[in-house]
Amino acid sequence: MDIVKMWQVFWEKFSNPDTLKIVFGTGLINTLLIAVLGLLIGIVIGTLIATVKVMPKYKLLPRVLDKICSVYVGFFRGTPIVVQLLLTYYVLLPLCGVSFGSLNTAILVFGLNSGAYVSEIMRGGILSVDSGQMEAGRAVGLSYSTTMMKIVVPQAVKNILPTLGNELIALVKDTSVVSFIAVVDLYKTFQEIGNRTYEYLMPYLFMALIYIVLVALISLGIKWMERSLRKSDRRN
Amino acid sequence: MIDVINLTKKYGDLTVLDGITETIHEGERVVIVGPSGSGKSTFLRCLNCMEDPTSGSIIFDGEDLADMKVDINRHRQNIGMVFQQFNLFNNKTVLENITLAPWLIGRKKVKGRAARAELKAQITARAHELLQRIGLDDWADKYPSTLSGGQKQRVAIVRALAMNPKVILFDEPTSALDPEMVGEVLDLIRQLANEGMTMVIVTHEMGFAREVGTRVFFMDGGNIMEQGTPQEVFGNPKCERLQNFLAKVL
Repeated sequence: MDIVKMWQVFWEKFSNPDTLKIVFGTGLINTLLIAVLGLLIGIVIGTLIATVKVMPKYKLLPRVLDKICSVYVGFFRGTPIVVQLLLTYYVLLPLCGVSFGSLNTAILVFGLNSGAYVSEIMRGGILSVDSGQMEAGRAVGLSYSTTMMKIVVPQAVKNILPTLGNELIALVKDTSVVSFIAVVDLYKTFQEIGNRTYEYLMPYLFMALIYIVLVALISLGIKWMERSLRKSDRRN
Repeated sequence: MIDVINLTKKYGDLTVLDGITETIHEGERVVIVGPSGSGKSTFLRCLNCMEDPTSGSIIFDGEDLADMKVDINRHRQNIGMVFQQFNLFNNKTVLENITLAPWLIGRKKVKGRAARAELKAQITARAHELLQRIGLDDWADKYPSTLSGGQKQRVAIVRALAMNPKVILFDEPTSALDPEMVGEVLDLIRQLANEGMTMVIVTHEMGFAREVGTRVFFMDGGNIMEQGTPQEVFGNPKCERLQNFLAKVL
């Protein structure tokens, strides 16, 4: 089949309103939902873990929490996300007797997974904030956790924003494995087009293009956010 | 006001403070001088437990701050501290730097929206008052990164004042400043001294120490080697170590 013919076959299928609705209304939305909500969950979990990691370890409780966090990070960084998806969807949730829906499961697993990575990013960010900031907070009588949340973490987030952007980009692309647990994402919709037309070159090329545009848009968004967060610095 | 009893601080095998017993009385302005590594900053930082003492007691308001069970945050509200590197909160405006702690701590004590709004207004008004006092009210909404060193340190001092502390600890407040900015900071500290604020100052400014201090500690090797009025310590030093030190710095 020549290129023009391939394109025609693909376009005929793709430009069909039903296909468009599935590609953009379901596939794209699910991909973004999983990546963005996953990252948000990841930031919350990651911040908590990072805070535990940098806590002074005089008392028993922080030491116990530290061990738990290490096991958590070790598991989620040590296994592929596909394995985590399969384990959660086909083993863990049925064992617990909960049915959660495949999309929600995907969001949850991506959140837990990204929490492990974000915790290390966040820990680096917290360590990059001058220790005088914590001391100044403690010296006026604020507690460790208040100083952490009001003073240190906001500055840490600003420092790690480019790296967090990286994490979001990685997440967007990693979502292409969620079809393992029957979630319809961007990848799945284009694969489906190929399956219908018996022609895969154009759908996959077009899919790559959409991912590139998506990532470019995210990069732009991050640059803009960085600039607005830099207003407390003199550098622009 | 602060009773220090047999205070020891060790980092591993290194003894930085070697069993210091001393009392800082209300209204006193204690100036601590001494060579680098003599333990003067560590001593100061132990007074509000920024460094946890290895052993010994710090009695303040009838409680031992060195005891881990004591609510140290509550006591630190009454012990202001000013750092060598200013340590203004970089992510907060000048005004927020001053209002942050009074607001976060004060709002827990009042109930109801109206009462809280009133508290917030009070705290903000007080912060503006303090900023006017140091001539920086126009900078209230600026971020610390736009201030000069001297301005930052003056904001740091009024940040401590905003908590209405009973005593303020100064940890080499002018050491990180350009020479021409030292004066403005010392002037502010001098004003507080004249108003009767109790303070403990670690400094290398001997002239200032002599002028402002009511009592001078000379520290070396983790001990207070000699102490007395500025006239005694600077005019008639007894121990040889102090004589050598003064010969070098005066």
